Amino acid sequence: MTDISAVDHHPPPGSLAAIHLVSEASVGDYLALMKPRVMSLVVFTALVGLVVAPAHIHPVLAFTALLCIAVGAGAAGALNMWFDADIDAVMTRTARRPIPSGRVAPGEALAFGMTLATGSVVVLGLLVSWLAAVLLAFTIFFYIVVYTMWLKRATPQNIVIGGAAGALPPMIGWAAVTGSIGIEPILLFLLVFFWTPPHFWALSLNRTEDYARARIPMLPVVAGAAETRRQILLYSFCLVPIGAAPWLMGYADAIYGVTALVAGGLMVTLAWRLWAEGAGPKAASFAKRLFGFSILYLFVLFAVLLIEGVLGGLLGHATV
Amino acid sequence: MDDKPDRIVLTEEQKRKRRARSIAIAVALGALVVLFYIVTLVKGPGVLNQP
Repeated sequence: MTDISAVDHHPPPGSLAAIHLVSEASVGDYLALMKPRVMSLVVFTALVGLVVAPAHIHPVLAFTALLCIAVGAGAAGALNMWFDADIDAVMTRTARRPIPSGRVAPGEALAFGMTLATGSVVVLGLLVSWLAAVLLAFTIFFYIVVYTMWLKRATPQNIVIGGAAGALPPMIGWAAVTGSIGIEPILLFLLVFFWTPPHFWALSLNRTEDYARARIPMLPVVAGAAETRRQILLYSFCLVPIGAAPWLMGYADAIYGVTALVAGGLMVTLAWRLWAEGAGPKAASFAKRLFGFSILYLFVLFAVLLIEGVLGGLLGHATV
Repeated sequence: MDDKPDRIVLTEEQKRKRRARSIAIAVALGALVVLFYIVTLVKGPGVLNQP
């Protein structure tokens, strides 16, 4: 009998060990493949799109839609980890992920991701809305094929264009309720789309060596930290009117408008301090602070929209 | 020539993890069944109708 408890993840081809590799992955490893933190952001923004849509949806169908969106996002995460296992192994931030650490085989992650992607799209289409299902399928496709397989390793504009994938969930939530797309969900899309570059560039400023080691052309690696700080500031300026757009165009109340302007002003202030600091001793700290605030910024704006949407529904008038 | 095939012996840890994965898959499939049933009750005869 052969005891292969000490699993060799690279046995000689054709050997018994190669044919009969035993998975040692735990349930938690498969959940980690799905990038739960990214999933939670996706679900939250999709929830807001669903709540602010000017139509009614049964709570069970709403739950189904959000579940499918969550699973679809998890599938995209798993497929991203499958494709990026080589660079994940090189980067400090990602070396402990399930595939580079050997806990999950690449083929298992691929099968897992494809199964979840297919299932989530089909179930969303059959039970809720085919438009929402098509948008979810496009989101997964865009994230994996356009961003992960192509842009990420090809251009410093990778997360600018690829950020569209993360900006689509509010539209999916909206489409699940109304069966259509309108100006309002497009404004939410634009909010997340323009938020993505300063958010990720603030993170990458403190991980430039990691990205360089993995040969990923993030902006700080290709154009340098100074240009990255400048671009962060420019995008932060753009975020102020875009964040306030739902209020300016009459789709949200004044409370949201004031919140968006104040939060946008704070974002610009932090970006300005980062830009002004240059390569000074506080640059890393300012970048980290901006990254943390950017998460709070998006959460607060969407939370206020959510509250306005819920209250509006309770009081019988539409907000966004 | 003795050509007995090798057999694989799982360790207790491997068995435990495999069992956990199997249970997780069963729970997920069961939840999916329940979800389909509840949605059918909610949507009635027009279960495939869309907004």
